[in-house]
Amino acid sequence: MTLLWTLALKELRDGLRNRWIAAAIILLGALALALSLLGAAPTGSVRVSNLDITVVSLASLSVYLIPLIALMLSFDALVGEFERGTMMLLLTYPVSRWQVIIGKFIGHVLILAIAIFAGYGGAFVIMSIFAGGGTEGWQAYGMMMFSSLVLGAIFIALGYLVSVLVKERATAAGTAIGLWLVFVVLYDLLLFGALLLDKEQMIGQQLFSVLMLISPTDSYRIFNLSMFEGVSQAAGIAGIASEAGMSGALLISVMLLWVIVPLLATLLFFQRREL
Amino acid sequence: MVNSNTTSNVISLQAVSKQYGTETVLCNINLKVRSGECVVLVGHNGAGKTSLMKLMLGLTQPTSGTVEILGGNPAFSAAVAQRMALGYLPENVVFYEAMTGFEVLTFYARLKGLSGVECKNLLALVGLDSAAKRKVGTYSKGMRQRLGLAQAMLGNPQLLFLDEPTTGLDPVLRQHFYELIDRLHKGGTTSVISSHALNEVEARANRFVIMKTGVIVACGTLDELYQQAALPVRLQLSVTPGKATGVAERLGAEVNIDRVNNQSISLSCLKEEKMPLIRHISSLGEAVHDMQIMPPRLDEIYNHFMNGEPL
Repeated sequence: MTLLWTLALKELRDGLRNRWIAAAIILLGALALALSLLGAAPTGSVRVSNLDITVVSLASLSVYLIPLIALMLSFDALVGEFERGTMMLLLTYPVSRWQVIIGKFIGHVLILAIAIFAGYGGAFVIMSIFAGGGTEGWQAYGMMMFSSLVLGAIFIALGYLVSVLVKERATAAGTAIGLWLVFVVLYDLLLFGALLLDKEQMIGQQLFSVLMLISPTDSYRIFNLSMFEGVSQAAGIAGIASEAGMSGALLISVMLLWVIVPLLATLLFFQRREL
Repeated sequence: MVNSNTTSNVISLQAVSKQYGTETVLCNINLKVRSGECVVLVGHNGAGKTSLMKLMLGLTQPTSGTVEILGGNPAFSAAVAQRMALGYLPENVVFYEAMTGFEVLTFYARLKGLSGVECKNLLALVGLDSAAKRKVGTYSKGMRQRLGLAQAMLGNPQLLFLDEPTTGLDPVLRQHFYELIDRLHKGGTTSVISSHALNEVEARANRFVIMKTGVIVACGTLDELYQQAALPVRLQLSVTPGKATGVAERLGAEVNIDRVNNQSISLSCLKEEKMPLIRHISSLGEAVHDMQIMPPRLDEIYNHFMNGEPL
């Protein structure tokens, strides 16, 4: 346990040292504040609270931003150390390879947690001083932060998988961007394209739900946009998830699976890798 | 699970081969290193020295054969705890550039379960105490190498692997470096050092392993290698000026004379012939007033094994 903590703490310190954490906090905080201010303007006397609207816009933006931040943190984590030669020395110490991966993972998730909770949380504190939201809004905002962290953890794990498979850092960077495009943009684009062409002949409600569920970004969207009533009304998709039979627990489980499977695959490839 | 005949061996390699794809980097390596020995690997770049070290460190696995370090396979997960007793200085050691020297060393120390106090002492020992708070990125080659040795010395390792430890160090630093290694040896540390600098390691090693394109071409103490190589001993006689030719004639036709000038004669003979020859020379009387005997140096032995033929 102390070993894992030593490894995690090193990553955390790196994040603090190179101002990575500071930059991410400012980026996420500024974004949350800007969206809440913009979101507040047109609402006026509408029933939906400011916070619910903020959750909708923040969740829609986080889907793009959080994976990008997570991949930037993680794509270099292994291949960078292979390339520089620091991994070779590290592995002659009394650490197992799985400890190296899990230690790094803990460190990177902590970095992301600090960025999300300080950035989004800080913005929340400022917002609640100027405009009070309902208690449901508060819960939805909290769940949004938590699920954003899980979304980030998914892309940290995917970034490691890229990092352990490629030979050069440049390839890892390119592959990470490709991965982001596929998960965040292309998958949905293709799915909706297929849906349009298909006109409900092959892809029924059931299959569509499954196709949405298996995409980690879509799970994240559905989780945030439809789990809380106030938010789903603001998003205009009230009741979609419950109709499709998706509970919050199912969505989060799917997302956690997206963390565990790439991590296990990374471990497997790392065990076999020769240095 | 310690085999009775390997108990005294800290390292035991049996018929070890290593291939990367179709390229064979190590072929049928057999090597045993006893506790407390200092073994030096010599060979050209690409001879397989670093590959051999990586195998012994468990960073790679052999294609065939068995590797046993401190009684276990270093590549098995059970060997993780064993690495507590290992120290390794890689060739051209690289550290996390953004960390300070002290931070780097404490990071590694924690992985071995050691405290920060030991790090301070080690940094002082390698002469880096004044630079401890500077980022490693600003360190010179010599300072990195010293930090590398400091990390290898963490926790007084039982077994030390040093890959080209003195490349890029100036002579004073080299001297200091070897003093530190000698200190470890006095504490009973076994070490495997790979080196190009033959004249440096000549006096320090118990045994030499000469490698060529993945094969051990010779292995033994300096004396054994010199015996195996059957290289000639050179003798240099100082003779009364003008009498050199006369002395050379009296030495006889069976003596191999390399060079004669006015006041000196250079000759060579095999090790077995040396004593009879010396007795013969001393019988030549006053004309020969000094004699120097020069056994083959390690670099000559090395060259002999590299070319596969006497010089």
